Amino acid sequence: MMADSGSNEEVAVIGNTDITSTESESNIINTMVERETALLRKMEINVAEAEKRTGKNTVNMQETYTVYLIEIRPAETVPGVGAPAAPDTLWRRYSDFELLRTFLLVTYPYIIIPPLPEKRAEFQWHKLSADNLDPDFVERRRVGLENFLLRVASHPVLSNDKIFFFFLTEEKGWREAVLETGFQDKADSRLKSLSAMFRVKNPDKRFTAMKQYSDELNTVISQLLRVRARVADRLYGVYKVHGNYGRVFSEWSAIEKEMGDGLQSAGHHMDTYAASIDDILEEEEHYADQLKEYLFYTDAVRSVCKKHDLIQYELEMAAQDLVSKKQQREELATGTVRVFSLKGMTSKLFGTESQEQRESRLAALEQSIQEGEEALKEKNTECQEFVQMAWEDIERFKEQKDKDLREALISYAIMQISMCKKGIQVWSNAKECFNKM
Amino acid sequence: MSALFPAHLDLEEEEDLEVFSKKTSLTDGGPNSPSSMMNQYRLEAEEEEEEKEEKELFVTVDHPESHVTAIETFITYRVLTKTTRSDFDCSEFEVRRRYQDFLWLRSRLEENHPTLIVHPLPEKFVMKGMVERFNEDFIETRRRALQRFLSKISEHPLLSCSPHLKIFLTTQDLQSHKKQAPGFLTRVGETVRAVAHSVRGVRSRPEEFTLMQEYVEQFSSKISSVDKVTQRIIREQREYVDEMKQYSPPYSQWGGMEEALQLPLQEVAGCVQRCSTETQLQLQHLSTVLLPALHEYMLCADTLKAVMRRRDNIQAEYEARREAMEKRGDQEGEEVQALQEKVEVCNSSLQVDWSRWRSSMRTDLKTALLSTAESNLQHYEKCLAVWETFLLSQREEGSEQKEEEAP
Repeated sequence: MMADSGSNEEVAVIGNTDITSTESESNIINTMVERETALLRKMEINVAEAEKRTGKNTVNMQETYTVYLIEIRPAETVPGVGAPAAPDTLWRRYSDFELLRTFLLVTYPYIIIPPLPEKRAEFQWHKLSADNLDPDFVERRRVGLENFLLRVASHPVLSNDKIFFFFLTEEKGWREAVLETGFQDKADSRLKSLSAMFRVKNPDKRFTAMKQYSDELNTVISQLLRVRARVADRLYGVYKVHGNYGRVFSEWSAIEKEMGDGLQSAGHHMDTYAASIDDILEEEEHYADQLKEYLFYTDAVRSVCKKHDLIQYELEMAAQDLVSKKQQREELATGTVRVFSLKGMTSKLFGTESQEQRESRLAALEQSIQEGEEALKEKNTECQEFVQMAWEDIERFKEQKDKDLREALISYAIMQISMCKKGIQVWSNAKECFNKM
Repeated sequence: MSALFPAHLDLEEEEDLEVFSKKTSLTDGGPNSPSSMMNQYRLEAEEEEEEKEEKELFVTVDHPESHVTAIETFITYRVLTKTTRSDFDCSEFEVRRRYQDFLWLRSRLEENHPTLIVHPLPEKFVMKGMVERFNEDFIETRRRALQRFLSKISEHPLLSCSPHLKIFLTTQDLQSHKKQAPGFLTRVGETVRAVAHSVRGVRSRPEEFTLMQEYVEQFSSKISSVDKVTQRIIREQREYVDEMKQYSPPYSQWGGMEEALQLPLQEVAGCVQRCSTETQLQLQHLSTVLLPALHEYMLCADTLKAVMRRRDNIQAEYEARREAMEKRGDQEGEEVQALQEKVEVCNSSLQVDWSRWRSSMRTDLKTALLSTAESNLQHYEKCLAVWETFLLSQREEGSEQKEEEAP
C-alpha cells in the first residue's frame, strides 16, 4: 500500500492483511496528495455530504436532485495541533460538475481531463439498485466526485485554473462566470470538426498507438467489469442459499437428542455466513469503481488524441492551402494554367484579362500567400506546442495509471484475503459444532 | 431437543429372559427361528462392541462394465468379498452383479426380516435432469451407493448371516438360483393380508412405536429439506464456477497490453484461475460426499416407514386372529400364541435395530457434515494462500522499486 512509502515495513510481513478498503481508499487519495500542487498546499478538499433537493428546472417542472457539499479547509501546517478550523462550504449538483469538466475539456484540449463518476449506474449486479436516488449509489457518487476534485487539484496544470478555484469557493455566480468565458464558442467549432471524418495524411505514430491502446483498454475493462458483476451475482446466490441451512438445521435439531445442540449452533454459523456476503460485495464495489474511473479515463485519452488529429489535419490543410495558392501565383505569373480556377476559366472563355486586372489579382494572391504563411507558422507552433504538452501529460497519466491500478489490484487481493478469512472462521466454527453432534 | 425418545430402547434383562422362556413352543431350534436369531443378535452385538475393529466380512463394489445383448444393455459391477468367517468356504470371492441382483438380495432380506432396518439401495432411475443410465457420473454415484449398501448389510449382526447374502456374494450364476427361490406367491399372499390388516388398523400400538413413527415422519421431512438446500447450493455453486472461468481471461488479456502492469495483472489472472479450480473441487466434494449421504438417509426414512408399517401389520394380524378366536370362544390356540411371540420378537428386534440405526445415522451424517466443513475450510485456506502469495510478491516489488528510487 502507499503507506509503505512512509513506513519502514518489512517485506515479508503478510500478517497485516486486515486493512479495510476505506483505509486503502484513503491511501489512494494520499497518493494524489503526495503530488503537491500549490493549490493543495493551501487547502484540503472534501465532498462531505449529499442531500436531496427539489426545485423547478429549466422547463419549469418540479424535479428532485441531489446536491453535494464541498468543504474547503486550510491545509494543516502542523498536523494535530489545536482543533481543525471550520471549513468553508458550498453546495454543488452533478450538472455543475459536468459544466466544470466540459469547460476544462475545451480550455485544456491537450490535457487528459479526469472523468466524473458515472451518471447512471452501469455494470451493476442484480442486487444493487440502478436507481440514481438510491442511497448507496449516491454515496459512491459522493466519493467519486471528491476523487474528481482531488485529481484536478493535484494536476500540475489544471490546479492553477481560476474557474476551478471559483468552483470550490464561489457558490453563487459561478455558472455565469463560466459561461462568460465564452468557452462554448470554442467548443462548438471544434465539436463540429470532431464529428467529421477527417483524413490525416501524416498521423503521429505515437498518438495513433495511444488511441489504439486506449480503445483496447476500454474494451478490456468493460469486459472485466461485466464478468465481475456476473461473478458477484453468483457468489451472492451461493452465500444466501446457505442461510437456508440455518433454518433447516434448527428444525432438525428439535427432533434430535445428542445431535441437536451441534446442529442448532452450526445453523447459526450458516446464518452468519449468509449475511457476510453483503459487506464483502459492497467492498468490492469500491474496486469496481476504481476500474471504472480508468474506463472513463480512456474517453479522455481518446479526446486528446482526436484533438491532435484535428490540429494535425488543420495544419496539413493550411500547408496544402498555401501550396495551392503558390501554384496559382506561379500560373498567373507564367501564364500557364495547371490549377483550375474560375477566374482562369472565364478568362479562357471570354478572353484574357487586362494587365491591370492580372496585376491586381497577383497582388491579392501575394497578400493571401503571406497570410497563409503566417497561418501555417501559427498552426505549426500550435501543433508542436500541443504535441509537447499533450505528450507530457500522457506520460504523467501513464505513471499515475500504473501506480493507481497496481494499488487497486493489491486492494482487491486484500479483499479476497478478508473474505477467505471470514470463510475460514465460519467453517471452523461449523466444524466444531458438527463435532459435538 | 425434546425427549421424543424414551431411553429404554435397549432390551432389559427381564424381557430378554422372558423371550427365552417362551420360545419352547415355537422353536424347532433352527438357526433361523426368530428367537434364536434374537439370541444371536444380542451376543453378536456385545461382541461387536468389544471387537469393533475386526471386520469379518469385507465387501467392495467396483469395475463397472457395460454388457450389450440382443434385448438390452446393462451395467455389471464386480463384487469382491474377503472374509475370515468359517461358514464361508473360501476367504475370497469374486462375482459380477447387476442392479437387478441387488434388488433381489434386498427384497429377500426384507422378506425374511420384515422388522429389521435393511439399508436402502440407490434409486432405480433418476428422473430429474434426464440423467442417462450410462452416464459416467451416474454409474459412479450408483457404484458408491451399492458399496454402501453391501457394507451396511455385512456389518449388520443379523443380516450379515443371511443365506441370501452368502449366495449373492459367492454364487457365480445367480440367475438360475434366483429362478429357484420361491417367493412370488408367498409375497402376494402376504401383501394381500397386509393390506387387509392395515385397513383394519392396529388396536393398541405400544407407545414407543408411536413415538418412533412420529420421529420417522419428522426426520423424513427434515432430511428432505436439508437435501433440497444442498441441491440448491450445488446448483448455485455450479453457476458460480462457470462465471469464474470467464473471469481470468480478461485480466490476462489486459496484462498483455501493459508494461509495468503486465506482471501484476498476469498474476491476478493466475490467482483467479487457481481459485476457480479450488471452487470446482469444493463443488465436487459436495456432490460426491454430502449429497449422497443425505440422499441415502432420505431413502432410509422411506425404509423406516415401511418397517413400521410391517410391524403394525404383524401386530394387526395377531390381534385379528385373537379377536376371531375370542369370538369363537376357543382357548388360546397355538397359532395365536405363535403370532403373539412373533409380535414380541419383531418388536424387540426392531427396537434393537432402531437403536443401532439411530447411532449409525448419527455417525454417518456427522461424518458427512464434518467432511463438508473440512472441505470448505480447506478451500478457503488454499484461496487465502493464493492471494497472500500475490500480495507478498507485490510488496516485495514495491520495496525493490523504493530502493531503486532512493537517491
